[in-house]
Amino acid sequence: MRPGLQDTIQDMGRYGYGSRGINEGGAMDRYAAAAANMLVGNENGEAVLEIHFPGPHILFEQNTLISITGADFTPTLNDHALPMWQPIIIRKNTILHFPSLAHGARCYLAVHGGFDIDKWLNSYSTHLKAGAGGFHGRPIQKGDILHCRESTFYFAGMMKEGKDYLPLHWRAAYNKPYQLPHEISFVPGNEWDFLTDASKEAFTQSNFIIHPSSDRMGYQIKGEELQLKEHVELISTGVSFGTVQLLPNSQLVILMADHQTTGGYPRLGHIISAHLPKLAQLRPSDSFRFTAVDVATAESLLFSQVQEQAIIKRACMDHLNELICAQ
Amino acid sequence: MQAWLQVNGFDGLKDIIVAYSSLTIIYDPAIIKKIPSVQGPVFEWVKQKLSQAYYLSLPQEEDSHRIIRLPVCYEDEFGIDTAHVSASQQLSREDIVNIHTASTYRVYMIGFLPGFPYMATLDERLVLPRKPKPVPVIAGSVGIAGSQTGIYPFNSPGGWNIIGRTPIGLFHPDSHGSTLFRTGDRVQFYPISLKAFQEMEQQELVNIKYEE
Repeated sequence: MRPGLQDTIQDMGRYGYGSRGINEGGAMDRYAAAAANMLVGNENGEAVLEIHFPGPHILFEQNTLISITGADFTPTLNDHALPMWQPIIIRKNTILHFPSLAHGARCYLAVHGGFDIDKWLNSYSTHLKAGAGGFHGRPIQKGDILHCRESTFYFAGMMKEGKDYLPLHWRAAYNKPYQLPHEISFVPGNEWDFLTDASKEAFTQSNFIIHPSSDRMGYQIKGEELQLKEHVELISTGVSFGTVQLLPNSQLVILMADHQTTGGYPRLGHIISAHLPKLAQLRPSDSFRFTAVDVATAESLLFSQVQEQAIIKRACMDHLNELICAQ
Repeated sequence: MQAWLQVNGFDGLKDIIVAYSSLTIIYDPAIIKKIPSVQGPVFEWVKQKLSQAYYLSLPQEEDSHRIIRLPVCYEDEFGIDTAHVSASQQLSREDIVNIHTASTYRVYMIGFLPGFPYMATLDERLVLPRKPKPVPVIAGSVGIAGSQTGIYPFNSPGGWNIIGRTPIGLFHPDSHGSTLFRTGDRVQFYPISLKAFQEMEQQELVNIKYEE
């Protein structure tokens, strides 16, 4: 009904086209996006709506099972505060909106059965530059209608008279990936040793702040100026989501979901995959510190996270199937 | 290496980015970990795989024998940095056009944005650094930076020195994500008038002449 700042359809990214310069995109906080899907019984890679603040006003034209994860933008249905990280039955003709920002940078809305979106190059993610993928290659605008793929509503028997919504009885545990939000771990990159010793120390010991010009392409970081031992002109090489580059102005940029496929700036390090969700929830003027870890640690943290998600997913599927069978 | 990896791939290999003299792979360690032969950090296993790719792959025949002739309008309204290049290199506008169109360039990689071709090698006389800060650049803009020349497929911030614009689209968001250029293509530019540019733009003709 009313669009938010930038609401786009995303999934777990578009892979396989890097050599054509087609970057992966996808949800900024993949943990939250996957969780949103799991809670309503979808596969992790179903299309979700990624919402920034200020958020949109959404009218539900049919009864739907939804979930909202990620940042807390105080999701409100008509006048009622909705719980997050939990599946909720929504009655038709109600309006979801997000009156205030409690914390975080982007939240995710999933519907049971997924949104009815066509894939472009194997993915639902919106490629804003190319104007393709997602919902017609653009953010959601006023008057847009998002269709749900699942037309059967299994939960009619559960809806109570006079109630606009009904949370179902399971939730996703979500604290762990976002703990210690101001400690962001990285593994040193190819050009880490080009830094002077003093700059290496500054990198891991000082505070950095996220600049307002940050967006889905990258986080511009303000902090102590960092120096290389000597000037280098690098030729362009592949980069990834989480690569930390040193810009000519001695400041850092962290490449995020919509980053370009290649870059020519020194790659000082790479944020570990397990910490990308909490990084994605930091906002402009939030500060943080980098902590160095080795590859083995980075992998082990990622595997724990993946395992936990697998358990959550199985539990959600079981609960949902039980419920559907009972109807 | 890319060809070898495409044939000898593994579960968990998600994407390959080819650059001038490097190859980057994007992979999912959680999937790779399930492969029985993986012991210790997945990173080490992937490194070994890349070594294999490096040593076992054979130099490919050039994957493209195409020569693409691309029309470019070098008029002032499109060449927003031509004046700067002219002053910096002590060349007239005419010289710039003649030099830029005289060479045949090779497309070394497609990167940065969908369909953006990195081409080299630019004539010495046109070699100058990219701009210190990127500015908004219109789709189709032809730029030079260092020994490279390239074309912006979309409106985007750009740091290369813009000397002209092509009416030909570089990227089509069709079901293949088709790019006009491929790594290995040879490219020649030829100058067209403003009028011709406007006509081509209106026709939306992909009017390329290429030879095998």
